[in-house]
Amino acid sequence: MSLYVLGSLATADGGGYQTPTTAEFYQPLWNDGPLAITRASVAMLLSVALIAWWLIATTKRAAIVPSKGQWVTEGLYGFIRNGVARDIIGSKDFLRFVPLLFSMFVLILVNNLFGVIPPVQFPTMSRIGFPIALTVIVYVVYHTIGIRRVGLRAYFKHLVPGGLPTWIVPAIFFLEVITFFITRPLTLALRLFGNMFAGHMLLLLFITGGEYMMIHGSFGLKIAGAGSFVMAFVLTIFEILIEFLQAYIFTLLAATYIAGSLADEH
Amino acid sequence: MTGNIAILGYGLSAIGPGVGIGLIFAAYINGVARQPEARGMLQSIAILGFALAEALAIFGLVLAFVFK
Repeated sequence: MSLYVLGSLATADGGGYQTPTTAEFYQPLWNDGPLAITRASVAMLLSVALIAWWLIATTKRAAIVPSKGQWVTEGLYGFIRNGVARDIIGSKDFLRFVPLLFSMFVLILVNNLFGVIPPVQFPTMSRIGFPIALTVIVYVVYHTIGIRRVGLRAYFKHLVPGGLPTWIVPAIFFLEVITFFITRPLTLALRLFGNMFAGHMLLLLFITGGEYMMIHGSFGLKIAGAGSFVMAFVLTIFEILIEFLQAYIFTLLAATYIAGSLADEH
Repeated sequence: MTGNIAILGYGLSAIGPGVGIGLIFAAYINGVARQPEARGMLQSIAILGFALAEALAIFGLVLAFVFK
């Protein structure tokens, strides 16, 4: 509705408000095409450097009575180790997966938070390539440990739960293969991408729209512009919540898939 | 009025997950109200269910931009 008003307003004074498009997310800083260094890749490199510095700085002189930094790191580590890895994978062999899950969680969390932290303000995961790369790691890991544990033939055999009537087995097998090999990785990557993309798009819309209404609008629209900025503020808080939640969900689902490959019965 | 009909598809695909997520969290709140000490266990199950139910809406969002 407000955009409709904006559109008619725009034709009156010649300019016009451009709603944010998907093109906002491709921002090459150097070069172009497949070898471009984009804003997202700079943010990713920055996040890796930041995480490495933080983890080394807070754990190098680890003390029994922790400093504030060490307390944060230990809290996060304990949350992933006990709250995700041990609860989902089980106490027998969760320890080998803790490094993978922890680094995945921290990497996604920092990259997501970049979406609202100036001066970066660009969620890396809103470029589909980054979630796909993370998903490929999870995909390879959970299939590899499953096949290694029981062998290739038994792995496919295990996809179908036991005790089903014979005539229904091919259909269930087909469904399970689609779930394991297509739906799971696809949703894992798309969920992270979609949430970050949609959230950033919303923020862009409210902030640029508010700015346009404040500057170019008449008196009534100026008030609407102020309302739009309030919405932008509220949505930023909401976005921070979503960013934590998505990092947690990605790690949780990765742990669930790994646990599924380790379990005796599916 | 101009626009993209794929966005309507996204609106439709958001109905199912909306209802589903509501049901999941209703059950979660019910469970915690009846048995507050089970909160920790229920929380991860609820968020897992939320993530799975959300998938359809995410598909809708992505397809809305794909079929532009």
